[in-house]
Amino acid sequence: MKLYDSGKIITGIVIFVILMTFPFWFNMGRAAPKPDPKLPKNVKNCVLPKDTIKTSHMQILNNWRDEVVRDNKRSFVAFDGKHFDKSLSNTCMKCHSSKKQFCDQCHNYLKVTPYCWDCHIEPKEPKESKETAEAKEPKETK
Amino acid sequence: MLERALVGPKKYWTGLIGLLVLIGIGAGCYFLQYQKGLTITGMGRDVSWGFYIAQFTFLVGVAASAVMLVLPYYLHHYKAFGKITILGEFLAVAAVSMCLMFILADLGRPMRMLNVLLYPTPGSVLFWDMTVLNGYLFLNIIIGWVILAAERKGVAPPAFVKPLIYISIPWAVSIHTVTAFLYCGLPGRGYWLTAILAARFLSSAFAAGPSLLIILCLLVRKWSKFDPGKEPIQALGTIVTYAIIMNVFFFFLEVFTVFYSRIPEHMLHFKYLFVGLHGHGIYVPWMWAAIILCFVAIALLLTRKARANEKILLAGAICVFLGTWIDKGMGMIAGGFTPSPLEHVTEYVPSAPELFITLGVWATGFLVLTILYKVAISVKEELAS
Amino acid sequence: MSLNRRDFLKIAGITALGVGAASAFEVLSGKQLEAALKAAPLTAGKRWAMVVDTRKLREEDYHDVITACHTSHNVPDFSGTKDEIKWIWAEPFENAFPDSPNEYVKPEVKDKPFLVFCNQCGDAPCVRVCPTKATFKGEDGITMMDMHRCIGCRYCMAACPYGARSFNFRDPRTYFADKEVPNREFPTRTRGVVEKCNFCTERLAKGLYPACVEACKSNALIFGDLDDPNSEVRRILRANFSIRRKPQLGTDPSIFYIV
Repeated sequence: MKLYDSGKIITGIVIFVILMTFPFWFNMGRAAPKPDPKLPKNVKNCVLPKDTIKTSHMQILNNWRDEVVRDNKRSFVAFDGKHFDKSLSNTCMKCHSSKKQFCDQCHNYLKVTPYCWDCHIEPKEPKESKETAEAKEPKETK
Repeated sequence: MLERALVGPKKYWTGLIGLLVLIGIGAGCYFLQYQKGLTITGMGRDVSWGFYIAQFTFLVGVAASAVMLVLPYYLHHYKAFGKITILGEFLAVAAVSMCLMFILADLGRPMRMLNVLLYPTPGSVLFWDMTVLNGYLFLNIIIGWVILAAERKGVAPPAFVKPLIYISIPWAVSIHTVTAFLYCGLPGRGYWLTAILAARFLSSAFAAGPSLLIILCLLVRKWSKFDPGKEPIQALGTIVTYAIIMNVFFFFLEVFTVFYSRIPEHMLHFKYLFVGLHGHGIYVPWMWAAIILCFVAIALLLTRKARANEKILLAGAICVFLGTWIDKGMGMIAGGFTPSPLEHVTEYVPSAPELFITLGVWATGFLVLTILYKVAISVKEELAS
Repeated sequence: MSLNRRDFLKIAGITALGVGAASAFEVLSGKQLEAALKAAPLTAGKRWAMVVDTRKLREEDYHDVITACHTSHNVPDFSGTKDEIKWIWAEPFENAFPDSPNEYVKPEVKDKPFLVFCNQCGDAPCVRVCPTKATFKGEDGITMMDMHRCIGCRYCMAACPYGARSFNFRDPRTYFADKEVPNREFPTRTRGVVEKCNFCTERLAKGLYPACVEACKSNALIFGDLDDPNSEVRRILRANFSIRRKPQLGTDPSIFYIV
């Protein structure tokens, strides 16, 4: 059996394989560190159970932003009955007071860059990690 | 059929490469705009739309003018246009593509463009403009391509195109009407707030588009073996003559209403454009040039005898095209924004990157046009031989 | 990312049940949670409006009011350039009211700048033209901007007869690159969206007056609900002759001027 145009075909296959595997070898040896989000130490509960927050915080924030901006519905009742202001900067980040040690941990690992911070202002990064532990109890509204 | 665009004489390829260079420069400038924002343009808080939207407006007219071939040919069976209808339809395709690119270039957040579809808002004229422009683009691609393919095979076009052709006639009128509605429904802008705006747009479109077609037909004859023929070009000349006279007449109607009523909100814009306002008047020479070009065009084209001379016809067509371009592609938008609703005069001059992006979009349009015309003309040449 | 509220509640409900078994948290059913989500706004007005009593305005008020607004909303200062952004600013009478030319108007009016800002029109042209409903009317009468949705077409700027809107030609963060963002609780905008006065909806939600009203020491700005006959704005409008900007355009502005 004779392979016609073998030069072109083999070159094509090589280029295809290189392109398809590009993400693997391009990132070789550059594995991002395992995410290690620091949780506030003296606050026990988030606005929803941890697992829900972990998997659905983006949808929650998305819903919040529409409800606040478009419907002027700003109050959120947490699963433990507390009222919270639906706000990324003014509620979430009051407990999770370091974007670097919390948000960025997973986002960097997964290489996602949410554009929240193009407009919303992140809390000032604490100088020492100690300060994160001193995050205050979230301010409850009403 | 598209493979016919891949073979061509050296001149064809030189032309394409030239256009690609311009597109490259435009794309580079657009990349800069994408990084830095619209601050790199001449637009600002007072004149918040500029050259992009002006080109868009002018080109919607060019696109709509395909109806000036389609209507006589398909509704009145004016056979002479049979040969060049495809040129009109493909010109419409290129023009609408440019319109859509200009809109995209003008958006502050182009990545969110699809929000117009995600949150459809029938109350907004811009929503309808997007709808009719895209519809018109597809109508012309389908009609032009299917009919050309049938012609090549020597068979009658399939039955489904007939209704599309009939739909495309009012649709062509609608694209420019809706574009005029973008402007003439705004309460604070006296220059645009006039019922004659849509009529003015259409008359200038039916002058500008066919005059561009005359120029293109003459170029096609010169550069290819396909001769569009004397009769259709003369018929286009007649259309241009009527349309430019009507355009000047409609303009006069507007000028009379504005200046006899002497309502400042309407009058100040004309003053700014034609004599200058508060010491600002960079558009004054351009606007007078447009007026002169239109009158020269009428003088050249008025008699059938003069028009019969294709050199005079060409000169007239160029005058019409330039005159209407200045009116719409320069004065219409800047003039509408100056003076501002608070009667401040801020002059708008497009920046260099803005001009290069504009040029890049025009070049892209002409690339599309060249490729489509290459296909159409190759088919016509094959049939003739 | 298109998890709708129902799906979200389902997940939340199920997860809450699972967690609830292990911890002592009170578990809400989906319905209870939904009811909680519909919590009412913190304050309510049917049609917020403002009266500018120009007789009371003093020279220092302009600076106070404009600074209060622009720092409260992180408005970058690009003044003097074509990219300028302003929510509230001062205009001479002839520019604020170009349809009422009167060269013999009394000097106190002629020489005193007028504070101008979004008119919060009852029938707003900007809302009418927006192709994405990024500009929309809130239930409290405020013409709102959804910065997350704006595509930056600037049709609203062409439509506004009051020049109240500004476009972010530049990235506003470039202005704050070497200085503090004045109000860390309020976002900046991103490049390529339109912005304007939002009547301090974020402050109203906390029961606070708009920043300009609070900052005006001479009490020349009066804020209230136009729909409430007993409100202070209605009382003042009953007692004084007031004018609005370009009322002939039918936009029905909610900002009144007493001259």
